[in-house]
Amino acid sequence: MAERKFGWGKRSENVLIGKSIPRIDAAVKATGAAKYTADTNSKGTLFARLLSSKHAAAKLTAIDLEAVKNLPGVKAVHAFKEVGDEIRWEGELIAAVAAERAEQAEDAVKALEATAKFEVLEHFVDEADVARAAFANRTKGLGKANKGDVEEALKTAKAVHKGFYGIHTISHMCLEPHGSHCEWKGDDLDVHLSTQSVSGTPSQFAEPLGIDASNVTVTANYEGGGFGSKFQADEWGIAAAKMAKEAGRPVRLMLDRATELKIGGTRPSGFIDVTVAADADGKVVAWDSIHWGTAGVGGGGVDLGQMPYPFDFPNVSKAQVGISCNTGPNRAWRAPPHPQLCAITQPALDDLAAKLKMDSYDFFMKNLVFTQHGKGEVYAEEMKIAAKEIDWKKKWHPRGKGAAGPVKQGLGMALHTWGGGPGACTCTLKIHPDGAVESFLGSQDIGTGTRTIICITMAETLGLPLEGVKVNLGSSKYPASAPSGGSITVGGVSGAHRRAAQTALWKLFDLVAAKYKVEADGLTAKDGNILNGKDKVCTWKQACALLGQMPLEVQGKGPEKDGLTSERVGGVQMVDLSVDTGTGLVRINKFVSVQDCGMIIDELTAKSQVLGGLIMGIAYALTEEQIMDNKTGRYINADLLNYKLPGIGDVGELVAIMYQPDSEYDRGVIGLGEPPVIAPGAAISNAVANAIGVRVPVLPLTPKRVLDALKGGQA
Amino acid sequence: MSSFEYASPNTEAEAAEMLAAHGGQTAILAGGTDLHNLLRAGVIAPRRVVDLKNISSLQGVSMVSGGLLVGALTTLDEILRNPLLAPYQSLLQVADAVHSIQIQVQGTLGGDLCHLPNCWYYRNGYGLLGKEKGESLVAGGRNQFHAILGNQGSAKYVSASRFAPSLIAWGAQVRIVGPDPDQSAMVPLEYFYVTPKSPNQGVTILQPGQFVSHILLPEIRDELASASYEVLQLEGLDWPLASAGVCLTTSAGIVREARVVLGHVAPTPWVSHDASLALVGQSITEESAAAAGEAAVASATPLSENEYKVTIARTAVKRAVLRAMHQLQGVS
Repeated sequence: MAERKFGWGKRSENVLIGKSIPRIDAAVKATGAAKYTADTNSKGTLFARLLSSKHAAAKLTAIDLEAVKNLPGVKAVHAFKEVGDEIRWEGELIAAVAAERAEQAEDAVKALEATAKFEVLEHFVDEADVARAAFANRTKGLGKANKGDVEEALKTAKAVHKGFYGIHTISHMCLEPHGSHCEWKGDDLDVHLSTQSVSGTPSQFAEPLGIDASNVTVTANYEGGGFGSKFQADEWGIAAAKMAKEAGRPVRLMLDRATELKIGGTRPSGFIDVTVAADADGKVVAWDSIHWGTAGVGGGGVDLGQMPYPFDFPNVSKAQVGISCNTGPNRAWRAPPHPQLCAITQPALDDLAAKLKMDSYDFFMKNLVFTQHGKGEVYAEEMKIAAKEIDWKKKWHPRGKGAAGPVKQGLGMALHTWGGGPGACTCTLKIHPDGAVESFLGSQDIGTGTRTIICITMAETLGLPLEGVKVNLGSSKYPASAPSGGSITVGGVSGAHRRAAQTALWKLFDLVAAKYKVEADGLTAKDGNILNGKDKVCTWKQACALLGQMPLEVQGKGPEKDGLTSERVGGVQMVDLSVDTGTGLVRINKFVSVQDCGMIIDELTAKSQVLGGLIMGIAYALTEEQIMDNKTGRYINADLLNYKLPGIGDVGELVAIMYQPDSEYDRGVIGLGEPPVIAPGAAISNAVANAIGVRVPVLPLTPKRVLDALKGGQA
Repeated sequence: MSSFEYASPNTEAEAAEMLAAHGGQTAILAGGTDLHNLLRAGVIAPRRVVDLKNISSLQGVSMVSGGLLVGALTTLDEILRNPLLAPYQSLLQVADAVHSIQIQVQGTLGGDLCHLPNCWYYRNGYGLLGKEKGESLVAGGRNQFHAILGNQGSAKYVSASRFAPSLIAWGAQVRIVGPDPDQSAMVPLEYFYVTPKSPNQGVTILQPGQFVSHILLPEIRDELASASYEVLQLEGLDWPLASAGVCLTTSAGIVREARVVLGHVAPTPWVSHDASLALVGQSITEESAAAAGEAAVASATPLSENEYKVTIARTAVKRAVLRAMHQLQGVS
């Protein structure tokens, strides 16, 4: 018998893989039949409400939990803070109340608030002003790195550009806020959790509750987004479990939107002063930058490991200062920290190109030799495709030299990279004697189409229609699978399922070979039949009937180095936009993304990831921003009126082009979830500079910043 | 939110009576699109909420001598659909620019005129004037969305009404009922708004027990054109950074009469006589429209973070004037 090897089939023979297939859960999501954590409402469920701090820095000096325990409807009270504890940012949780009705919980929180007293402490919330931060003793050196000789390179450079760039803190903004529904059944705890980590959260609940992780079942059937902010049980999740225990009733605790904005996780800010230089040929010879920013009260900031992004120039010097701000703590935000690195690197490069009087396209093309991870040639191909789609050479004009009139059109581009290697995944695949196929895994579909990808993989491998396979995920009682973060899920789950399905198929082939007296090596599964060469041997059901009474159960694991999956993607984005110089409004005309990501399982889902990335990118590039009030220390726009997010009317024409020559197919499956969100900030900033002739240095590019920049003021 | 009584009057007189109770610690429910936010945030805590929607006289649009009487409960959607209102172009433009279908269907004209400020200090519990320990948080704070005109006193928020600038430009009047149940008066909308010196003064002349029942629009005349221009950052639900409503009367291509009112730039809708003067006697051109814009913001006193709004307000006036001219020329 020939050696049996895991691998993907020939591209030309695929029936489902690589095609555009709608989500298998589209209908249940569109109709509301899909139940999210926020929808979980088992009999007797209590409503929870939170008391959070209005102070950015304070010490809790008094609170009387007993005062509210007997209020109407109140069933449980939980203290996050004890008297004497410090509050370090506005919105930090102080207490929670669970009551029969939401308004009773709200009343109790109000009553509790009246008993709370604080010693107000000095706060600092200005993330952009490093001098002020230093004066307030809020800065900390975070190291430097050097390569080559920047000073020497600057002396001989043809063009030197000095600039300031920045990107403000934003908050996580999942459609479904953080939260859980907790219900005890004896010593066992059932948690419906809005999480990116079904398999990883039971132990986080168990330890603080003093029970075994085996007593905890975490369920997450559907997710309203996570983006890196939902890996933890979180103190409010533990509180829900404790209050459920105290009340002897289920408790649902979802963060309200304002609290979600304040404590659900932020993306750190980054500001730089940079000197960058190029030779006469337009190649960058030196990069010298000083960085500051904040990741919250712990200081920190944007990790500079990959600056200047994603290039490896010959001479580089960089140093960083972290600012400790009394603002909510950061959490991984889609492709951390690449969007910030991209947004503060590539505008500086684009400004250098303008100084050299070069077309940005030519400049970036020339400097692809310096890109990391050996992706230069792929970037070049992607640039050509994107340029053709957006008509770059025809539309491009030197900076600020477009047509007359108050509305100025401009082009900009940026490029990005991401790992996306496969995560750990174990799945159990069952083939029942009646031919039914299902798999079980403790992974989660955070909205990215994981269910669909898994079913396509199984169905393609087993030669079945999509309806012929079923996936069960979203329970911690299923085989462990990695958290969905880092774009590792698609590689993890597709690799494990391909291995499981191939292994199972081989076992079936052996049974068929013995029964029908054919060679197992010559068998294939297609269209619900087992074929020997082109001849039908039996139907899928007949083959499965050979299993007898018991289902065939196979475990699939990953990742393995068998070629099913790999890592490292890249992409190029180009944007055509208009800036109204009378109002400062930026309108996207057309946004083109060309993205490589290895082998694509479902093109529709892949494109949907890209479109989502572009929209999220337009949000942080143009509208989205945490605005802190220095005087009160409060997050002054923590509401959906003033924390501005674009609607579908704001995003323009979005074009997602998947770069997929055979060389990409041969790389196997690679994650795509995060990378498309990296480049929009830089691409849009560059296009605005191209349109109006001046750089608006800090994102988001609000009307205020655009008009201030036009006026020559500091944006 | 705090508990409150719910009252549902059937007549204007009943409403006035019910509103006057509890020393005026009452709130009006019209469309409720903002009342709900205010109650939930605890910005207001009325002892009674008076729901006007069962008062049939507050609904609908009718022709009366001297113009068009628009019930305060007329929704934005009805403004867009009612043929009687079709000649009042600027009002249609405002209703359309609200974009949110939910607000258009639920929100009322009277509610818009009485909309409390969106100032984030006010909404976060620092009072109408945005003060902490007697000091203005707005003056040296995050004031990018605040006033650039009429902001030298304590009030630095901007009037929230979307329709008031255009209605004032039309010379609209409001009918105010109460506080005596049988009492009512017509007041020019221009004089309906006040700039409070203390946080308890309110943003309009309405006293406890009073409410707006109708808006009276003047008759349409030939040679008259209106337009609104709102600068919105988002295509979806958003509040203007600045807006302008204009009404122009022309003859032989020359402006004979001009009313220019800015919105979202001052604690009240801002009537700019200077902008009107810049237009009267002129033909409408890019230059004269720009001159009106310049005149409108000439006396602006921007705060620390909102100088950019001067540019936006100037643009809004200029473009509203040009839009009105296009209407006169029959260009959409």
